[in-house]
Amino acid sequence: MGNVFVLAEHRQGALRDITLEMLALAPGLAKDFGGEVEVLLLGSGVDALAEKLSGYGVKVLVVDDPLLADYNSDKYQKVLSALIDQRKPSLVMVGHTAQGVDMAPALAVEKDLPFVADVIDLKLEEGVLKATRQLYSGKVNATIAFKPADTYLVTVREAAFEAPDPSAAGSIEKIDSPLKEDLDYRKFVEYIEAEVGDVDITQSEVLVAIGRGLREDKNLPIIEELANTIKADLCGSRAAVDAGWLPHDRQVGTSGKSVKPKLYIALGISGAFQHVAGIKGAKTVVAVNKDPEAPIFAHADYAIVDDLLKIVPKLTEKLKELKG
Amino acid sequence: MKTFVCIKYVPDTSEAEVKVNPDGTSVDSSRFSFDINDADNYAVEESVLIKEAHGGSVTIVSIGPKESEVMIRMALAKGADNAVRVEDSRIAAYDPLMVARTLAGVIKGQEFDLVLTGCMASDDGQMATGVALAELLGVSHAAMVKKLEILDGKVKAHRELEGGLMEVVELSLPAVITIQTGINEPRYAPIRGIREAQKKELKVVNLDDLGIAADQVDVSASKIVLEKLYIPEVVSKAEIIEGEPDEKAEKLASILVKGGLV
Ligand SMILES: Cc1cc2nc3c(=O)[nH]c(=O)nc-3n(C[C@H](O)[C@H](O)[C@H](O)COP(=O)(O)OP(=O)(O)OC[C@H]3O[C@@H](n4cnc5c(N)ncnc54)[C@H](O)[C@@H]3O)c2cc1C
Repeated sequence: MGNVFVLAEHRQGALRDITLEMLALAPGLAKDFGGEVEVLLLGSGVDALAEKLSGYGVKVLVVDDPLLADYNSDKYQKVLSALIDQRKPSLVMVGHTAQGVDMAPALAVEKDLPFVADVIDLKLEEGVLKATRQLYSGKVNATIAFKPADTYLVTVREAAFEAPDPSAAGSIEKIDSPLKEDLDYRKFVEYIEAEVGDVDITQSEVLVAIGRGLREDKNLPIIEELANTIKADLCGSRAAVDAGWLPHDRQVGTSGKSVKPKLYIALGISGAFQHVAGIKGAKTVVAVNKDPEAPIFAHADYAIVDDLLKIVPKLTEKLKELKG
Repeated sequence: MKTFVCIKYVPDTSEAEVKVNPDGTSVDSSRFSFDINDADNYAVEESVLIKEAHGGSVTIVSIGPKESEVMIRMALAKGADNAVRVEDSRIAAYDPLMVARTLAGVIKGQEFDLVLTGCMASDDGQMATGVALAELLGVSHAAMVKKLEILDGKVKAHRELEGGLMEVVELSLPAVITIQTGINEPRYAPIRGIREAQKKELKVVNLDDLGIAADQVDVSASKIVLEKLYIPEVVSKAEIIEGEPDEKAEKLASILVKGGLV
């Protein structure tokens, strides 16, 4: 009792950032619960990852099993379920990621755990665990209190916390795998890498990004003209890609690319966290949006509250003139 | 293929100012326009594509108010066969596990091969309902699916991870799949379909009709409490460029050029 489980997320031999980000939050909570942090590392041949994780001053519980060679949400659920029974942690933290969202809600149902998804903050206040999460893609925050229970479950938003630096040496404990046999109802088949397009936007110096606010593809030419004028590459939000205005390799965000241009001009993009997670590396961000409350403005250096269809043509004209 | 599709009627808040009601736990939605949740729209299309290719039927399930029937009729017009709308104010709708339990109450006991949901509702953004539903129904699942191949007694689901990387998994049927946007191109409802949709069955039920005890899905059953909603303080370091549209554009152009950004 009192311990905090952090589920390590890794793929193809590499730890994913969310694992370390959760370590920014876990030690304080473990202290408040009167326990320690235990990082759960599930996989096959993961000694190197265990070494690395233990360098953050935590205990790493390793379940090394050939059955865990490829990620499988159902197998992870089975292992977590067994470990929760055996070790009764007070809190289980899982990333709100493609892996985590495919597993955590089912675990919550199976173990009947109080569960909050996509938390951006988590605190123990006078014995009550309280989570902060966002609604309406960031326009409203919610405080959610957990009813008292032995074990709580959360998924933690990506890029919401800064990963700590390695600290003291921790320890590693190997645990017998609770898996007895392979599953017949869910099988990992393969990973398929994204197709490579004509332009690699992760290397672009200047990016012009469009979102659903563009409305129709007939508005694309004014955007292209702006991009040509300043030698920028085009990219956009998931909504712009879904609408067919841009190919998939031009999508910026968690399920797209992370970019690091000198200048990022966001046109008609609301600023959902899945999008802005991809522009953390941008040096200067300009946002044009009709809605003064748009979350994108919290990430901008220069803001224009207006109709992009009015701003862009004039902007292009003036840029041409100035650059002459 | 017998498919259930769970869809949600959500407000479009992308351009609207959101205000919290004096009760502190709800938002004033009187001025919002509502429609089908984005990802759910793709789920409906996928179900109709499956029916067209493999036969079978499509049943729409939605928990929502009377007004949401416009959305449900639209799904019927696109090719779904019938629908169930659950309306009951006792459901703790802020808790996806309570929503999933209600949906499971609708589907359990009926034959099905597939249940499709959107992978995320744009209002609450929990990404939890579909995966919880699979566990409640005791069937396999895959979340965030951007390509679905129907095989014999199985499906191959392409889950979208990061940066366009796909994880392909094989699931035995029945299964719950949560659909990611972009999996297909949702059609517009044909005029003839809209006419036919009016004649299709749309059953309206409450918890009692479903045989779900209220204390299994209400605030007493939920293990979490929605304490308060509030508008987050936006800490923006942005320089706001003011003026008429033309002035703003000109000011921005000079900033970019003078700052050596372009
Ligand atoms: C698992 C998962 C992964 C995701 N991954 C990504 C990702 O990688 N990248 C990504 O971008 N999204 C991603 N999303 C989607 C994300 O949640 C948002 O839905 C998406 O980013 C919204 O795109 P948008 O800002 O273009 O559209 P909206 O949110 O609809 O915003 C449109 C904006 O345009 C403004 N606007 C409208 N008209 C005008 C006008 N004339 N002039 C100026 N402004 C105007 C509006 O005020 C609004 O702010 C993901 C979602 C999920 C569930």
